[in-house]
Formats: sequence, structure tokens, C-alpha cells
Amino acid sequence: MTIKINSNSRTQLAFASFRRNRIAMLCLWALAVLYGLAIFADFVCPYAYDDENRDFSYCPPTPVEFRDHGQWVNPFVFKRSLTFDAIHRRVYVIDPTQKYPLHFLKGGRLWGVDDPGRFYVWGADARGRDLFSRIWYGARISLSIGLLGVAISFILGLLIGGIAGYYGGWVDASLMQTCEMFMMIPGFYLMLALRAAVPENFNSVQVYISVVVILALIGWASLARIIRGMALSLRERDFVLAAKTLGVPDIVIIFKHILPQTISFSAASLMLTVSSYILAEAGLSMVGLGIQDPIPSWGNLLSDAMAIVPVIFAPWILLPGLFIFITVMCFNVVGDGLRDAFDPMFRD
Amino acid sequence: MKSVIKHIFQRLCSKILLLLAVSFLTFWLMHATPGNFFDSLRLNPQIAQDTVDRYEKLYHLKDPFFSQYIHWVINALHGEWGYSLYYNVPVSHILGSRLYNTFILSMTSLLLTWSLAIPLGIWAALRRNQWVDRVLSLFSFAALATPGFYLAVLLLYAASRLGTLPLGGMHSPNYDDMSIVGKIGDTALHLVIPAVVLSLASIASLQRIMRGNMLGVLRQQHILAARAKGLPEGVVIYRHALRNAFNPLVTLLGYEFAALLSGAALIEIVCSWPGLGSLLLTAVRSKDVYLVMSSTLLASVLLIIGNMMADILLTWVDPRIRYDNQN
Repeated sequence: MTIKINSNSRTQLAFASFRRNRIAMLCLWALAVLYGLAIFADFVCPYAYDDENRDFSYCPPTPVEFRDHGQWVNPFVFKRSLTFDAIHRRVYVIDPTQKYPLHFLKGGRLWGVDDPGRFYVWGADARGRDLFSRIWYGARISLSIGLLGVAISFILGLLIGGIAGYYGGWVDASLMQTCEMFMMIPGFYLMLALRAAVPENFNSVQVYISVVVILALIGWASLARIIRGMALSLRERDFVLAAKTLGVPDIVIIFKHILPQTISFSAASLMLTVSSYILAEAGLSMVGLGIQDPIPSWGNLLSDAMAIVPVIFAPWILLPGLFIFITVMCFNVVGDGLRDAFDPMFRD
Repeated sequence: MKSVIKHIFQRLCSKILLLLAVSFLTFWLMHATPGNFFDSLRLNPQIAQDTVDRYEKLYHLKDPFFSQYIHWVINALHGEWGYSLYYNVPVSHILGSRLYNTFILSMTSLLLTWSLAIPLGIWAALRRNQWVDRVLSLFSFAALATPGFYLAVLLLYAASRLGTLPLGGMHSPNYDDMSIVGKIGDTALHLVIPAVVLSLASIASLQRIMRGNMLGVLRQQHILAARAKGLPEGVVIYRHALRNAFNPLVTLLGYEFAALLSGAALIEIVCSWPGLGSLLLTAVRSKDVYLVMSSTLLASVLLIIGNMMADILLTWVDPRIRYDNQN
């Protein structure tokens, strides 16, 4: 006769408790939608990220019309053209005689209008590029860069923190001094100093990689310290002693017995690091030292908004910041939810 | 007291060693930068060739890397911080005022943060799970997720619409003609947006921590005892609970300072506040090697001073902390 024991591991319990946290689950779904839109940007966006038309500089969002002469018709947009008013401000006037039908699923894109018509869902930027398209193409950069940076930081943190905590003594002391050295330079200053060492003639892929590396280098030290603290207490535990007695090599103990234990606990701080990296990339790109135009990222989309004048007549260029806000908020809430779920103190 | 001084001295020594390591790191980074900084200096018709030769000799630019570094350290110790290509003056001429401006901004927001976050945290703890607490916790979440630079842009935009606050910078154009009081008022007006933006996120996090500490202390036995002996609630909270809840925050002051300096850099750039952060940006953009090195190092020094101050403050507010019987 076999007795089936229904038992859950600690991780299973934690995930069950996370799933009960409605707000955290909502944020997780919101993140899924954001990442989904970024992945399918080619499909969702009416234009490519660098599809520009200088005749439509700072063109406001295009209104979609559903009624024509009191009749319901297929959606279309009117032709608009640029003129200047008495004080030389841009004004886009509608030409009601010229209509462009909105078409769907044409040429592998969800929606759009035929040239010479332009369809700006959320308005245009200075060069007449569609902001909606640029936001979702930019999401590819902004949303991936945080994850990649954290992955590298985490690997560095796991290795260095794990080794420092497990061996202790002078290994620990010297590694932690190195960490402290990196933590002693204020993050943004370190980022700029690292950026100064990047050659100017890099192409966009190389710039992307260098930004990832810069981000990874600013955050690994604090992660290493957290993991070192955990490893320090884990190495005193019986299972480590047992493994040692059995003659398991140190390297195997660190990788098979100590590090896996720390991963679930550091999940929460990982989420917070992702959001801080997303903010850091945005800041770096906004001041013009990160991802370079024409490749969009949420940070460099905001660099136009740093001068107040364009914002006054084209407030929609502030939109990318809203998405940074939503993403960071979601990562923070999910991180908090994970911490509550893994922390037995908070468990009901 | 003697042990405290000894402890501080020890920490200072280790920090100076670390600072040396930081300077080596930045020096190496600058060295790895492609293109020789002095080549462009030599091509600049505004600078006399003698000056270039003098600096080339002073910094031993023909020497191998390590010897260059040693000479840089020796020069730096003599107050010779290098020459700024962009500003065309020795670096030490620019750094002072920039450091002072960053200091003003950081201190204002530090003051604003602590004077608001502590009372708000206490308030939230005392009204736990009531609407005040809920609103404050919602505010915290929103404030922590708002990118500071974005908020600064929004506020500058609002200010441009309302016309009440200056749009960036530190002084009005007619600053030099103002009286002393007028000058202070003018600077304060320019400080509003950057200081508010800079404080907001730290207020949010500090308020949550204060609330947590306060709730933790209120659950303890000595509070129960104080209530049991019939002390008025005000005395229980403000004399017995508050002090214990407050102490752990002082340790945070050091971290707070780090975040503040780092955050200040970006806000300075957006609000065109002439501080160390915006200086560094200009320096990095124009590949101004010595300016980058000096401002990075100076920011690290500020951070160390901040941490040390937190250390000293902690021994002062918490008498349980002593350094003499530590191993």
C-alpha cells in the first residue's frame, strides 16, 4: 500500500500565496501586455520606427472618422496639411475633400493608411515619425535592456557573493572591498564615467551592448552583498556540513547547494533592480549618452521634452514617460508581492 | 568618546584607500578612452603651445600608464587637478562653485525629506489601515515609480504654463543687482522644482520605513508596560516609542545620501542647475578627461562624508552603539 502525501515545497507555497495577491497578479499581466506589444511591434505599429515625413513635424494625433455625411462608413482619416498661423505657429488644417480609408491587416501591419495620408495614433515627433510606433519599438530596447542588465548583474552577484560568503576570511574581505569601491561612486556618476570610456564610433548594436554592460556594472555590487549575506548563514547549515563530510568539492557545494537557495530569496530584489535599470537606461538615453537616434528607446524619446518649448505645443511627446512609470510601478509591485510571498513572516 | 574617534579614524583610513582605488578605476577608464585628449588640445588655436607642453610635462603623458597615474595622484595631492579642455581653465577653478551648488540642492532635499517623511510615517502608523494610511501608501508606490527626471519635466512644463516659478537654472538674469535678501529669495525660488522632485521618492520610501519601525516598536512589551501603568497616549508614543523607532533610520541616512547624489545629477541636468552632475555630463560629452575624473572623485568624497556623518550621528542618538568592545 502506498500512501500519497500531498506536500508542497516552499517555492510552491510561495507561488500559491503570490497568486492570491490580486494587485501583484494584475501588474504581472500588465507587464505581460507591455512585453507582448514590444515583441509584436512589427505587427501593432502602423509605421517602422524610422519612417519619417518632415511635412508632419509635431503633427497632433489623427482623429479617426466613422461617419460621413451622416452615414456610418468604414473608418477613415482626412487629409491634413501644415500651415502657419499669424504668429508662425504650426497648425494642421483638415482638408475634408480628401479622405484616406483606414485599412487593417495590410502588409503585415495591424492598421494604417495609404501614402500620402499619414496616420498618427499618438501624434508625431519633430521629424514626423509616428510616436505610437516609436513607443512600441522603443519598448523593445527599454524593456529588454533592464532584464539583460539584471541577468548579468545577478550572475556576477551570485558568483562573487557566493564565493565571498562561502569562503569567508580574506577572500570575503577583498571581494567585499571591491564591491564597496563600486558602491562608493554615486550610481549616475559611475554610469557617466563608464560611458566616457565607450568609443564614439560604435554602431547601434555595440551601443546597446555597452549600455547593458554599464547598467550591469552599477548594480552588481549591492546584489553581491545581499547574496554574500545569505551564503554566510547558509554555509553554517547542516546540509553544507554533510556535503563537506562526504567530500563534495567546494565549487559543487557553492553551485548546487548554496546558490540555488539564495535565488528564491533574491527574487524580490531582482525585480527592484530591473526597475532601477529601466530608469537608469531612460536617464542615460535622455541626456543623449545611451541609445542613439534613430533607434528609439523610452529614454531618448523623452530627450525632446527636455526643452520646454516643444512640450508646450506638442504635449504628447511626454507619453513615453507614462510608460516608464507604468513599467517601473508594475515591477515594484511584483517585487513587493514576491517578497511577501517568500517571506514566512508575511505568510498567512 | 575616544573609542568613537579611533573608530572614525580607522574607517577614514580604509575609505582613503578605497578612494585611491576609485581614482585608479576612473583613471584607467579615461586611459582606455580612444583618442588622446592632448592631441585635440594641441590643435586648439586658442591655447598656447607652451601651456600644452607644460601640462604634458606636468602629467608625464609620454610615460607608461602606471607612472602617469602616480604622477596624477601626486599632482592631485598638490591641488593640481588637471586642465579642463572644455572650459579652458584648470579644473580646480570650476569644481568649487559646482560642489557648493550640488551641496545646497542635496541639503535642501535632505531637510525636506526628513522633516516631512518622519511625521508622515508616524501618522500612517498611528492610523494603521485607515484612509490616511491607505492614501499615503498609494502615494508612496506612485512616487517610487515616478522617474525623477520625468517629474521634473512635468513640473517645468506646469511652471511654464502658470508662470509662477522660474524654468530651470539657479539665478535670475538680474541676480547681480539684487540685495542679499533678494538673492537668497531668488535662489530659493529656483530651488523649488529640483528640490521637490529630488525629495519626493525619498519621502515615499522613508515614510514607509518609519511607519514599519513605529508599528514594530508599538508591538513591544515596554509600550504595553507604559500603557498599563496609565501613561497618557501622547507620552507613550512620543517619549517611549518614537525614539526607538527613529534610531534605525539614522543608518539609512548614509544610503539616502548616495541615492540623493546620484538622483541629483540627473535632476540638475534637466533643471539646468549648475551642479556637479551637469558638470560631469558636459565633461563626458566633450571627453574632458581630467574634469570627468575630478568630478567623479569629488562625488565619491561627498558620499564618504555623508556616510561618516551618519556614522557619527548614530553613536550620538543611540547610546547602545559602542565601538570599544568590537573585535
